Amino acid sequence: MTEATSTSKHPSPSDDAPAGKAKLAVWKFTSCDGCQLSLLDCEDELLTLAGQVDIAYFMEASSRQLPGPYDLSIVEGSITTPEQRELIQAVRAQSRFLIAIGACATAGGIQALRNMAQVDDYIQIVYANPEYIDTLDRSTPLSDHVNIDFELRGCPINKHQLVEVISAFLNRRRPRISEHAVCVECKLNNTVCVAVSRGEACMGPVTQAGCGALCPRYHRPCYGCYGPKENANPQALIDWQSSLGIETVKILENFTNFNTAAPPFHNAASSIRRDRQNPPGKSP
Amino acid sequence: MTDKTKTLRVDYLARVEGEGALYIRYDDTAVHEVKLKIFEPPRFFEAFLQGRDYTEAPDITARICGICPVAYQMSAVHAMEQALGIAVDPAIEQLRRLLYCGEWIESHVLHMAMLHAPDFLHLDSAVEMASVHPQVVQQALALKKAGNAIVRVLGGREIHPINVRVGGFYKLPSRQELSELRASLDDALEQAVALTRWVATLTIPDFDRQQHPYLFVALHDEHEYPMNSGRLVSSEGLNIEACDFENHFIEQQVAHSNALHCLLDGKRPYFVGPMARFNLNFETLSPTAKQLAAEIQVTPPYVNPFGSILIRALEVVHAVETAMMVLDFFSKQGVSCSKQEASCSKQEASFRHNTQTGSSYQQPTVRAGSGYAITEAPRGILYHGYRIGDDGKIVTAKIIPPTSQNQKTIEDDLRLMLPALMQLSEDELRHRCEQAIRNYDPCISCATHFLKLTLEKGAEQQ
Repeated sequence: MTEATSTSKHPSPSDDAPAGKAKLAVWKFTSCDGCQLSLLDCEDELLTLAGQVDIAYFMEASSRQLPGPYDLSIVEGSITTPEQRELIQAVRAQSRFLIAIGACATAGGIQALRNMAQVDDYIQIVYANPEYIDTLDRSTPLSDHVNIDFELRGCPINKHQLVEVISAFLNRRRPRISEHAVCVECKLNNTVCVAVSRGEACMGPVTQAGCGALCPRYHRPCYGCYGPKENANPQALIDWQSSLGIETVKILENFTNFNTAAPPFHNAASSIRRDRQNPPGKSP
Repeated sequence: MTDKTKTLRVDYLARVEGEGALYIRYDDTAVHEVKLKIFEPPRFFEAFLQGRDYTEAPDITARICGICPVAYQMSAVHAMEQALGIAVDPAIEQLRRLLYCGEWIESHVLHMAMLHAPDFLHLDSAVEMASVHPQVVQQALALKKAGNAIVRVLGGREIHPINVRVGGFYKLPSRQELSELRASLDDALEQAVALTRWVATLTIPDFDRQQHPYLFVALHDEHEYPMNSGRLVSSEGLNIEACDFENHFIEQQVAHSNALHCLLDGKRPYFVGPMARFNLNFETLSPTAKQLAAEIQVTPPYVNPFGSILIRALEVVHAVETAMMVLDFFSKQGVSCSKQEASCSKQEASFRHNTQTGSSYQQPTVRAGSGYAITEAPRGILYHGYRIGDDGKIVTAKIIPPTSQNQKTIEDDLRLMLPALMQLSEDELRHRCEQAIRNYDPCISCATHFLKLTLEKGAEQQ
């Protein structure tokens, strides 16, 4: 990995417009590789993009590593080790713009389920010699460590949104990414509401759009891959789903998967757990 | 330790999925130590699966790997179906096979053309390759896209598909979607054949482990090249069901890696993946793949790991042809089903039935139980074992991915390969070692649930 030499939190990369092609870097922290694979999955756009930018650092795709500074860094994964905590500072220091991609980078990912457990218990379940394992007790999003210029949501991200975000930053404009609910996409698709028509535990009302309301199109309720929408109201959803007779444990599972550490989802899960211990109407 | 001791290190291996490193300590007489280090941080899937609902296993375990999520979903659903005692409809089995074909095509082409081929051409990346061999790269991208299209239609999206469930699918594809998909594959077989002929022109380094032959392990099914079905067999006569896997294969933790090593009987390293499948299942390869294998002179037993790229190419041909065959069943285009007529029409009938009744899955009755499954991920066998309680919640989960099974064999390859390569320059040696690791298409994200190469010359050990 690149030397983590700089620790300055607010770097001032040169404001001069870069000469020639913009330098793009792709970084990976704790993750499944799926979001950076989205870039390689842009079969129609990849060679065009490679013609327009200089892919200066992308370990999964190339042995060629150019030193920073970089015009645009795309970062996948959450921070789970002491080394990563240093490296993300170095990445920020070398990058004019830094974009977090995917649920791991924007919310800590599914590995943030450890945040609610004792990480030592987890290590002992998986590893016979826990002393060999060096890991932080919490999985955290990049924004807990450095300033982020844009967060692209999703588990995984939508590759068309990724191309839009890269294009926007290269052209110094705002990315056109909607923050409304998945429900809006269902209406646009003419998909019959799985919550209203079938009483299913759908996360659509509190989840940000971007997937194209995929799950309802496939006759299943949304399970929240894109994290909380703007001004989400999880409590209203919990109350309504409870009134439909949906099992509390099912509602809880939906808030505790790929975006479990995103504050609105985390708070919703905490409230459900509290209510299970002290049911409303009964004195504690 | 003498001053002549050298260390070869690669601190962060490129063109592999995930984070790993290599450390080799050697002198002019012998190789002292080879360590494949996996520093991809652990994510503890087996721990947080405890207490989760059985229905969540395919969605959660898919997140272990963005490159082969379908493999995780397939092993998960098969294991859960065994635990719950349900048998899925033959039409569902065929659609799952089709979905797996999509992932094999997408994953193999990504590795061959974009990650591994640059090694043979002494280039850094597929982007660089695009300026030297534009047609090859464009053709590969088109082929990869065809694989992704299959996963998208069946699974909803390419990465972490959403349509797979225990018992079947959330929604069955329409006849029209399948017809369109079949039409989109028209060029794919030709592209796969062309790509195979192109990789056959690459110079494959010689390497023969005559004194230390590989122990190949793969699924084997009499009727079809294994993806979702078959018993686990080896080149030395092992023949077991998935439920016996943990009695024979033992995971061990080593200090230098966050991925557990898996050994047969706790001591024998073994080889999983395309070369193992090919050697143990040549008979059931698709007709075009078999013909092409003869044409490029790759026939079993094939034991040069540097030629794994050729076998991946043949498996892509197989996967495209198999996908076309399954789609022909369902979309009634072109080829008829010949000798499999009887079972075809049964599948066809049950598919019709399901589409008409809207039942796309078998609803299990929740009960306590244990389930074990092995499927053939693009990189080799992927084992899932679960115990679930009578409330349908997971009590224990065990997941053993292909890369952790190959780790020890990769280290052995390097140890055995090095003595013949001492005349190479340090750069050439490092390059050859990296190439040898990529022979296995290691998926490090999977293995931790892996790579960094260390090379030091004429200096004291660090």
